[in-house]
Amino acid sequence: MRAGIVLFPGINRERDMALALRRASGRAPRMIWHHETDLAGLDLVVLPGGFSYGDYLRCGAMAARSPVMRAVADFAAAGGYVLGVCNGFQILIEAGMLPGALLRNAGLRFLARDCHLRVARAGTAFTRHLAQGAVFRAPMAHGDGNYFADEATLERLEGEGLVAFHYATPAGQVVPEANFNGSARAIAGIYAPSLRVLGLMPHPEDLIDPLLGGEDGLPLFTGLNAALAA
Amino acid sequence: MKAIVTVMLKDGVLDPQGRAIGQALRGLGFAGVGLVRAGKVIEIELAEHDPEKARTTANEMARRLLANTVIERFSVRIEEN
Repeated sequence: MRAGIVLFPGINRERDMALALRRASGRAPRMIWHHETDLAGLDLVVLPGGFSYGDYLRCGAMAARSPVMRAVADFAAAGGYVLGVCNGFQILIEAGMLPGALLRNAGLRFLARDCHLRVARAGTAFTRHLAQGAVFRAPMAHGDGNYFADEATLERLEGEGLVAFHYATPAGQVVPEANFNGSARAIAGIYAPSLRVLGLMPHPEDLIDPLLGGEDGLPLFTGLNAALAA
Repeated sequence: MKAIVTVMLKDGVLDPQGRAIGQALRGLGFAGVGLVRAGKVIEIELAEHDPEKARTTANEMARRLLANTVIERFSVRIEEN
């Protein structure tokens, strides 16, 4: 799997993401500056977490209008895989590549803690090593992760199997107490209809090494590598 | 001309900032404070002398960047410099 990580000013999770991709694929990902527009030769483009452009105007709004994002949209349309985590998810939404919006956390507080994700849609490249209904732990670190969409969009996402992950308890129950940021229908991540574009708020890339407390996030990356191996 | 774009969260979209401001106002002892909504005002100087063209441009700017119309609504006011 040949992966690239897009860098915007204010992004700060790119090294964590690079470690996870390297661990899963054995290859160092290519770092892509936001002025670049050539994504040739890549299987996967990742938009990592952070605070691109200082979250000015709205989280992800500035990054979504930068030159590289037109290339990312073309890359996805041509069959490429795209993963957006945290600010990267916000950027994909602002760019119109995923529907909805991410509002301020319902409790108003920045959330820096572990959560648990239940796989709502298996059978994608991202879930090659994750079963339907599987639960895994992932750190979250965001102030604006409260997923919002109108009722028709929520119905469509659920009806078409485009909800990727729900916030759940460690035992896999999707209950309000496990939905820390108050997301609509406990949605933690969604797919584009192609199932090649995934955005999610929590950080599976930050739990890929026993030294950091576990490897719960690793199957997402090893699965991607297995699915996208050249 | 100057375009003044006001961006507000749509009715029904949770506005925690507005709610917190309302609570703070009540905490200061102001009586009768109802719903409080917070938004943004963006002023743009435009090299344009036709108010209608300025309005059209500002509307386009709001749709493409200044407002996220999934959750926000906007209004445009045009002023002479």
